[in-house]
Amino acid sequence: MAGHSYSGVPRWVYAPAAVGALFIVLPLVAMGTRVRWTEFFSLVSSDASVAALLLSLRTSAASTVLCVVLGVPMALVLARTTFPGQDLLRSLALLPLVLPPVVGGIALLYTFGRRGLLGDTMEVLGIQIAFSTMAVVLAQTFVALPFLVLSLEGSLRTAGQRYEEVAATLGATPTTVVRRVTVPLVLPGLVAGTVLSFARALGEFGATLTFAGSLQGVTRTLPLEIYLKRESDADAAVALSLVLVVVAVVVVALTRGTRRTA
Amino acid sequence: MNRPLVVSTLLVLLATAAGCGSDADESSDSTLTVLGAASLQSAFEEVLGPRFEDSHPGVTIKFSFAGSSDLSAQIDQGAEADVFASADAANMDKIDDQVDNRVDFASNTLQIAVPPDNPASVSAFADLTSPDVNVVVCAPEVPCGAAAVKIEEATGEQIDPVSEEASVTDVLNKVVTGEADAGLVYVTDVQAAGSDVRGVPFDESDEAVNVYPIATLADSANAGLAKDFVDLVTSDEGQQALRDAGFARP
Repeated sequence: MAGHSYSGVPRWVYAPAAVGALFIVLPLVAMGTRVRWTEFFSLVSSDASVAALLLSLRTSAASTVLCVVLGVPMALVLARTTFPGQDLLRSLALLPLVLPPVVGGIALLYTFGRRGLLGDTMEVLGIQIAFSTMAVVLAQTFVALPFLVLSLEGSLRTAGQRYEEVAATLGATPTTVVRRVTVPLVLPGLVAGTVLSFARALGEFGATLTFAGSLQGVTRTLPLEIYLKRESDADAAVALSLVLVVVAVVVVALTRGTRRTA
Repeated sequence: MNRPLVVSTLLVLLATAAGCGSDADESSDSTLTVLGAASLQSAFEEVLGPRFEDSHPGVTIKFSFAGSSDLSAQIDQGAEADVFASADAANMDKIDDQVDNRVDFASNTLQIAVPPDNPASVSAFADLTSPDVNVVVCAPEVPCGAAAVKIEEATGEQIDPVSEEASVTDVLNKVVTGEADAGLVYVTDVQAAGSDVRGVPFDESDEAVNVYPIATLADSANAGLAKDFVDLVTSDEGQQALRDAGFARP
């Protein structure tokens, strides 16, 4: 949050600010009014719903781990080193943030698909990505990775290198510096980035639909289940949407919590 | 960002939003809005729409194509439209009390779509039950999936799909990209996809025929024009256009 030197804002700012807040809150309230509370638990505890929720949690957790494993080194390289083409690489790394997810799905399809760039290699190795849970994890990681890289790189730049330099002059190896100085210093940013990637992975829809398919317990995550239920059972779709809203609220609260301790 | 900039941005946003609102409310008497099932797009948009405009000078026809259940839900939520053409009876039944002049105008059956080189050598419905064939179907919740289930029940052959998609377009896409060896889609979808896929007809498709109803909406402000469009669709000319797109008689 930006620190104001004085607390006053012009009165007229409140009106458009209220409209903006209403614009976000009203649709959520409207959806809440359509939930059939008496049937809520039977709707969200059907086999299909539970399978979708569990699959979503499992795949999102797996892609969050992938995001941390790949994203932390990426952020370190982007924030702490200089090399030719770095700006271009940074822009490319953030691309999935602004790409429509369906475009990401198509791109993944032409990379990991049976007839994609790596399709033959995969076949030789005996790995079939198409229509597997692995495809869901890949799609989620693709869209969620920039969230982690972006927030961690920001934290790394804000934290600066003074302590790292001191540690190095005291004889610490680069690995020790990263482990004992850098990571503890940017931990709040890392946690916030991790939680945000998890949330993005949980909400992933377009790339999964395009790339992974939709089969109960294998590739049909909660957003896909909602999309499908909407066709036949609007009440169940609304109830499941509410579950995702609650999860999102918890995630946002968690990130805000970690930011405050920063 | 400084504060005046934020404020002016907000004001521009608000002004744009207000502009959108008034734009959407604007309705001219000479615009006919037709909500159609996605599979009708080429026949309606390329052939019947222009013909209708030619025979009704001053009238603009506006199409909106989507899944029938989406369109049915939109009408139920008060969408302003004049004509609704559904891909199945069920979605028309849902809003039966809000429509007039309902009539069946076409039918569609399933066909197996395979990549042009047919990598799994699929030639009959029974081939889809082989575990070596990656088959993609529609989920039972959507009309094309319900049709597939009906055929499975009639033949006793059980497909074990690798994916159950929410729309026929998604099924077709998995076949076009070669991810799937075969997919169950409508005859009209195979025809619309051209050389990207090959259609494999199968006898058992008769077990599930999707009949398409069309109707005028009771709330239509252009009831006369709406009825004219329904008449065009059911006329010989309209039926020929539908035949060309792969549809059969109702």
